[in-house]
Amino acid sequence: MNAMTPQHHSQRSLPIVIVGHVDHGKSTLVGRLLNDTGSLPEGKVEAMREMSRRRGMPFEWSFVMDALQAERDQGITIDTTQVRFQTATRPYVIIDAPGHKEFLKNMVTGAASADGALLVIDVTEGALEQSRRHAYLLHLLGVRQVAVVINKMDMCDFYEARYHAVAGGILGYLEEIGVKPSAVVPISARHGNNIVTRCRHMDWYAGPTVTEALDRFSAPPSLADLPLRLPVQDVYKFDERRVIAGRIECGRIKVGDTLTFLPGGRSARISTIEGWNKPEASTEAVAGQSVGVTLDQPIFIERGHIASMVGAQPVETHTLRVHLFWLGHEPLMVGKHYTLKLATAEHDVTVQAIERVIDVEDLSGCCGDRVERNGVGEVVLRSRSVMVVDDFIDIAKTGRAVLVDGYDVVGGCIIKQPQPDGRQTNNLIAASHTVTAAERVRANGHLGGILWLTGFSGSGKSTMAMALERELFSKGVQVYALDGDGIRLGLNADLGFSPEDRSENIRRVAFIANLFAEAGMVVVTALISPTCADRAIAREIGGDHFHEIFVDAALEVCEARDTKGMYKKARAGIIPEFTGVSAPYEPPLSPELVLDTGAKSVAACLADLSAYVERALIRPARIGAEIGRAY
Amino acid sequence: MDQLSALEDQSVYIFREAFNRLDKLAMLWSIGKDSNVMLWLARKAFFGHVPFPVVHVDTHHKIPEMIEFRDRMAREWKLDMVVGENREALDQGMGPARGRITCCTALKTEGLKAVIARQGYTAVIAGIRRDEDGTRAKERVFSPRGHNAEWDFRDQPPEFWDQFKTTFPPGTSLRVHPILHWTELDVWRYIKRENIPLVSLYFAKNGRRYRSLGCAPCTASIESNASTVDEVIAELERSRTSERAGRAQDKVSEDAFERLRAGGYM
Repeated sequence: MNAMTPQHHSQRSLPIVIVGHVDHGKSTLVGRLLNDTGSLPEGKVEAMREMSRRRGMPFEWSFVMDALQAERDQGITIDTTQVRFQTATRPYVIIDAPGHKEFLKNMVTGAASADGALLVIDVTEGALEQSRRHAYLLHLLGVRQVAVVINKMDMCDFYEARYHAVAGGILGYLEEIGVKPSAVVPISARHGNNIVTRCRHMDWYAGPTVTEALDRFSAPPSLADLPLRLPVQDVYKFDERRVIAGRIECGRIKVGDTLTFLPGGRSARISTIEGWNKPEASTEAVAGQSVGVTLDQPIFIERGHIASMVGAQPVETHTLRVHLFWLGHEPLMVGKHYTLKLATAEHDVTVQAIERVIDVEDLSGCCGDRVERNGVGEVVLRSRSVMVVDDFIDIAKTGRAVLVDGYDVVGGCIIKQPQPDGRQTNNLIAASHTVTAAERVRANGHLGGILWLTGFSGSGKSTMAMALERELFSKGVQVYALDGDGIRLGLNADLGFSPEDRSENIRRVAFIANLFAEAGMVVVTALISPTCADRAIAREIGGDHFHEIFVDAALEVCEARDTKGMYKKARAGIIPEFTGVSAPYEPPLSPELVLDTGAKSVAACLADLSAYVERALIRPARIGAEIGRAY
Repeated sequence: MDQLSALEDQSVYIFREAFNRLDKLAMLWSIGKDSNVMLWLARKAFFGHVPFPVVHVDTHHKIPEMIEFRDRMAREWKLDMVVGENREALDQGMGPARGRITCCTALKTEGLKAVIARQGYTAVIAGIRRDEDGTRAKERVFSPRGHNAEWDFRDQPPEFWDQFKTTFPPGTSLRVHPILHWTELDVWRYIKRENIPLVSLYFAKNGRRYRSLGCAPCTASIESNASTVDEVIAELERSRTSERAGRAQDKVSEDAFERLRAGGYM
């Protein structure tokens, strides 16, 4: 069979991925598959044999794939490559995923686009850590069609019992994670046994060869019959047309259909489906097509909006529960901020909770405050903006997202059972109120908000809070400063300074602060609030109102100031569990604002804080008013 | 949906992502078939417009028909064409006689770097394909380059679910590869379907034609009687030799092409 056999050219290639532990023979299998299906360019194998001879090393089939000099020298595969081959049934794009743990991001890059997978296991070693991690990730990424390949059968003299022992081990694991392999094929990649042709040494095996197993995979189901999801990629105005551009991720459209764009819920009908160099104008389009449409109404639409149709819309929410794999060098932690990219939308999200950290070895789950590099977990993310999502199980394309930290993609998320916002604070109209939040904003000329000042005792929180209260008050802002000590003397007089009591203190203050914010006021709190976890709870309670301000003065500076004489008492052991002396302080990982009160003057810090309030709470109200007038 | 339409839709998606997410974007135009297909896809993506400059790096060793074709198409398609070159090396008489790799690096790689620096582009669109060579098979669609345009194939960003890496530290330049997932045959079948104009060197005259176009001294024609797009497709369906087989600079050593690419070659 030739790689270029013409009858297949209109048929789409099935993307498959080959995964498994390092050195279990993935690259060898790929080299052999290409060779045995007649898919290599003429002379490639001869050139490789010649190169091996010159270098004085034995020829390996994996050389075919390991085209890079660095790989040949190190003897390992570094990155995903995509090459094509075909069987009598269909063409394939094959993704050679490397086995080294360090290169998991490459394996994910490959497996994320695969419709089927071969999991390679060395019969002499059985399933190892990476075999299980890769299998788990296949499951997580939604690759449902898997065949297991038990390699290096020649090393155990094609011994049937050895095959059954190894097969049994991996089958047990796969069953636990809900993966049903279509076949478990004993092979010798090096010798080409049971790849394309059957092996006479293994006549005890009646199942399919590798290519037969691949040919039994089904093509992915059509996305055209799912509900419409058309994420907006861009809005063009190159000429007189205003074209909404995007790719139909699933479903279909036709001229005259009414599209609803979320968030916002504005609707308009499709006037035309635009195109260039087409014999005639299209009147309809389906999943997979990159389209441009014009609408009958000039409604406000921007990148990130998703068009759907009434009756089958995605979920709008501020919080997501996701199954996540982590590729970042720094661990994922509660309280950290990331950018979530979902279809064409981007959202600033905070990790609100880590519900489970999963050990892929034994599938146990435990709670923890971080997910390490190459780890897997279940976490809750909270966004300031409305996210438009689906359940991954129903609509994969809008049920998954990546997380970006700084410049880098650090993780992938699978969305589980998204719930529309219920009792969330940003839902502006509470049932019993006749005064809406929008009315309050209009009356006050600013948004309500919580400025949550955190830092060591003596860092200047109360000073800043009181100074800001005075400044904003004189500008006409409805503002109140909640001082930590003041509340402890009253409402929270029942609480001490144990970690539990400190958490409860923060929870109550956050709750009160949120009531102020709901009432349309700007409230400034000044609490040490030493742990990330407690502040994450405050953020959860405050929702969109919450702004974390790190009052950043070094411990030495605060202790030297010792405005209330507390450090002296703490050092003397009179005050137990004093933050910085006998209890820890966890600085915020990504606060909205940092005030350098250690180095800068009170006036300078106040100016920074005041500018932030202007930007975050006052200006948006003004812009909102202008938009309100325009529409 | 058939394979060609699927390829086209994916390329259009990539073009639109690049145009939306990246500032100071330009597209490389080698005058070869692949970059003509890219221009065509850009016009598909932007409904007849090419909303960024098109850069041609002139080595002054190109086959004359290529330059004629370039200037004609630039006029006809109203392209904002920017021509780059390594003037200094050309003035000093750089040519393949100084060594093919040296020449390629000086006139192409350095010429490209010079025009990128002069125009301040932060991202360039290039028409490479995974099936051309093992090193290109390793590429990402959005592929960052360091300060000196070098490519670190060991530490490439993860790229999945079409979420491309679109944010970079200052000083990074980016290559965008909209037809990375196409094969040589896909390109030809698309040329046929869309009737895309090509420089005539691709079609056989007196029993020879060019399969891949580069500089005159380093690009050999192949034996062929394929004088139409259909005949070229039929020929490729039978062929099992590599497309770059006629490119002399790749053959200097077995890793020559890889070393060219790590240094910033397309």
